[in-house]
Amino acid sequence: MARPTMSRAPESTLSADPLRWAAACAGATLLPHLPRLPIWLGALAALILLWRVLSQLKAPSAAPRFLSPLLAVAAGGLILFEYGTLFGKQAGIALLALLLGLKYLECQRPRDVQVLVLLCFFLQLGLFFDTQSPLTGVGALAGAVLATGSLLSLHTRHPVRAQLRTAGVLMLQALPFMILLFVLFPRIPGPLWGLPADAFSGRTGLSDSMQPGAISELSQSGEIAFRAAFRGEVPPPALRYWRGPVLTDFDGQRWTIRRSTTADQPDYATTGTAYTYDMTLEAHSRRWLLALDYPAAGIADATYAADFTVLGRTPIDQRMRYAASAYPHSLVGQNEAPASLDGALNLPEASNPRTRALAEQLKGRHQTPEHIVTAAIAWLREADLAYTLRPPRLGIDTADAFLFDTRQGFCEHFASAFVVLMRAAGVPARVVTGYQGGEINPFDNSMVVRQSDAHAWAEVWLAGEGWRRVDPTAASAPRRIDGGLAAALPEDSALPFLVRPNLTWLRTLRDRWEFLGNAWNQWVLGFDQKTQRSLLRRLGLHTDDWRQMGMAMLIGIGGLLAALAWWAQHRAAPRDPLQRAWQHFERKLARAGVPRLPWEGPADYANRAASHCPEHADAIRAIAHRYARLRYSAGPTAVDGKALHSQIKRFSI
Amino acid sequence: MNTLTAPRRLWSGLRQVIDRRLFRIRPAEALPLRLPQRRIFVLPTRAGVVFALTLFAMLLASINYTLSLGFALTFLLAGLGIASIFHAFRTLLHLEIKAGAAPPVHCGEPAHFGLIIGHHGKSPREAIHVRTASATARVDLPPDSHTTITLSAPTAARGWQPIGRVVIETVFPLGLIRAWSVLTPDHTLLVYPALESRPPPPPASAGASGQTHTDSGDDEFAGLRAHRPTDSPRQVAWKAVARSGTLVSKHFQGGAGGPQIFDWQQLPPALPDEARLQRLARWVVDAAQNDARWTLILPGTQLGPDRGTQHRHRCLRALALYGTPDHVTRA
Repeated sequence: MARPTMSRAPESTLSADPLRWAAACAGATLLPHLPRLPIWLGALAALILLWRVLSQLKAPSAAPRFLSPLLAVAAGGLILFEYGTLFGKQAGIALLALLLGLKYLECQRPRDVQVLVLLCFFLQLGLFFDTQSPLTGVGALAGAVLATGSLLSLHTRHPVRAQLRTAGVLMLQALPFMILLFVLFPRIPGPLWGLPADAFSGRTGLSDSMQPGAISELSQSGEIAFRAAFRGEVPPPALRYWRGPVLTDFDGQRWTIRRSTTADQPDYATTGTAYTYDMTLEAHSRRWLLALDYPAAGIADATYAADFTVLGRTPIDQRMRYAASAYPHSLVGQNEAPASLDGALNLPEASNPRTRALAEQLKGRHQTPEHIVTAAIAWLREADLAYTLRPPRLGIDTADAFLFDTRQGFCEHFASAFVVLMRAAGVPARVVTGYQGGEINPFDNSMVVRQSDAHAWAEVWLAGEGWRRVDPTAASAPRRIDGGLAAALPEDSALPFLVRPNLTWLRTLRDRWEFLGNAWNQWVLGFDQKTQRSLLRRLGLHTDDWRQMGMAMLIGIGGLLAALAWWAQHRAAPRDPLQRAWQHFERKLARAGVPRLPWEGPADYANRAASHCPEHADAIRAIAHRYARLRYSAGPTAVDGKALHSQIKRFSI
Repeated sequence: MNTLTAPRRLWSGLRQVIDRRLFRIRPAEALPLRLPQRRIFVLPTRAGVVFALTLFAMLLASINYTLSLGFALTFLLAGLGIASIFHAFRTLLHLEIKAGAAPPVHCGEPAHFGLIIGHHGKSPREAIHVRTASATARVDLPPDSHTTITLSAPTAARGWQPIGRVVIETVFPLGLIRAWSVLTPDHTLLVYPALESRPPPPPASAGASGQTHTDSGDDEFAGLRAHRPTDSPRQVAWKAVARSGTLVSKHFQGGAGGPQIFDWQQLPPALPDEARLQRLARWVVDAAQNDARWTLILPGTQLGPDRGTQHRHRCLRALALYGTPDHVTRA
């Protein structure tokens, strides 16, 4: 039965339930952060949670008031020591995690639980900086249920199972709001203010410079660089060259980008077969948009550099989508500016003497640049160069060391040495970095290109033809181009785990998971202003008209509110159908000016109402009589109840 | 003078209009009462405001860092807040308030107002707080049930004491939203005058003053005798029956003494009114305890001679309402 209680401040102390809920909520929020937090901090938080849960959840009278500020200052100092700052993303998250632990330690009043829950929300948001995978989403949902339970347990006295059910009902009612607002809330492209310097740290991708060893490091990563969904035909492996930064300047060790002019469209005419695709590029914090050689005009919000790279207007700090088409057989750079050709011939003075000698030799034997290129490739093929992920260190003259001493190298060694050779022989040449290859995911037929597909190749300029792609890696390891990294490397070399050929079942599993991940990326994470507009346009809304958007949102929210109001009425309505019907009748009579007085029984009420509106006297008396019979006589049948219900429904004044 | 009182009068007038129109408070409403939709108000609590500010901060962060899941989480929590409005609202909707017992007390003793809170809905209603100026009670109701709560209040003056403004509120389920309804039920309790602690003995009984009695003789208690079937139940000495197990009746001797007369006019003239009432109340209570017969004479009223609980209540009520407007209309 109900238990009335008397007290002035009924909820000033905490019972065990809210503390348990709060522990679960804090634990679930902290857990995914643990790999990214310093070990001592994770251990401290876990220790606090465990200690309070195990110490019978009593308010720590033994842990006096001065303890938590003391701990806070000490741990804040440790964080300062660990990160060098209290600001920024990582330090901020560490600080929040610490506050969460300390708040739990001093949890004594309902307000403490409320603060704890809000801290959990912020910490959950912090996790999204690092990962927004479907698993994270599920974790956040679980965290929200636990937070709801924590708040709920402050007010209910029902057992935990009933609390969980109420929390579930609340969640189900909140979900439509989430979906509606997610779709309709206007997406403003960020950022609104400056980002902390480490906001997007730890992203892998191509760099704007290359020195031997840079790309082989990238090849160890199985992370996805981008996905391309081809509309129609898929290019053969030999044409899957995705252009990234073009490196022209060379100081003997490092290759760097040479500034080039940009235009709104490429300066070459596209010819030959076209391949059209939708690109989903992962954020890499640089400006270039990877594109299959050679991109045609028409990529939205992009500029075309004179070295055929496509650049975004700002660094790609979020996953980005664009449609592009490629014409691999186009002739490009036929009218290259003399200045850039000069740049493509620069070599540091007196470097790589042996390579220069080889170049002189080739130049002496062959007349045209084209023959020199062919001869150089032939020389490379015969030089017995080995393709390996773990090349030995090279000295100062990198081309000499690779071509004549170590003879082991990765694609950047091949490309770098070849370009040095060409320049020494007087053929303009440069290094192109990007990705080569890509696998089709059988579940959605999109081509997945990973960081391990990062590649470097060369371009030479031939009069009359323009820039021609030469991949010196293909000369020594042709299978790299057709079969990917795993095929090109010798059997026993260390490969990234999932690239190993004998793990096909695991790769199938990964394909499946990544298909899900792709759908998630496209529809949840990639839901930006552009996607929102195109979706809403398909629904028939003019997205440029903010009034229409506002109206749509208001109508949607209004509909949901009405549904909730109906639900509240329904839940509060009498459980007894007979009484519901009778109240309906009372409402009808009240509208006619005869409300039932609190002390009136059905018969008295009917008599008074009948005298008030004599033309309905019979109907009123009949209904009241039937109601009284059903209510007070033994064994009313369902049929009678229904008859009364319809009688009342028909009744009108 | 006028400049000072005019705004104040305006303000009190405005308060009345606000109370009547917005909070729909009428002078006093007859119980039972059912809370309709339009009498339930909903506003965020302080925790709710902090929650909303938190969500706003999360929204800004989501926009700034384009965190899609941040948007989703923020909107989910916003939906949670909105849904909890309706949970709070539903907790009070169609709640029925009936008057419970409100026994009279002497001035200075705590008054206890009983209220019966119930509903016919199919889901339980939790964490309802019923609050008056001086007491709070928590009510948890299973589906289709009712319960009685008692709210205590201090008493400061004799006469009718109303329960006053009653606030029925809940912050269920999450503490973010407060739903409440304000009512002033017509639920009153009679406060008897306080009892004088050291009163002088009451005046001698009427018999001593020479008045004759023609009554049968059930005037002054003279002992116990065997029960006769014609004895009225009032004459049965129930305490003695309980002890001995046989029916015995009280035996009264007529003529030896008439009823005691408690006359307002006979009290010392210097005694103020309230002190007179307190003394008379004490005498009445003592006489009732001794099961004596007495007459209470107030200016314009005479009660008795009679004895027993009924008579005691009648007299105390007349004392409680002496000099008040209710004295005539309700006594």
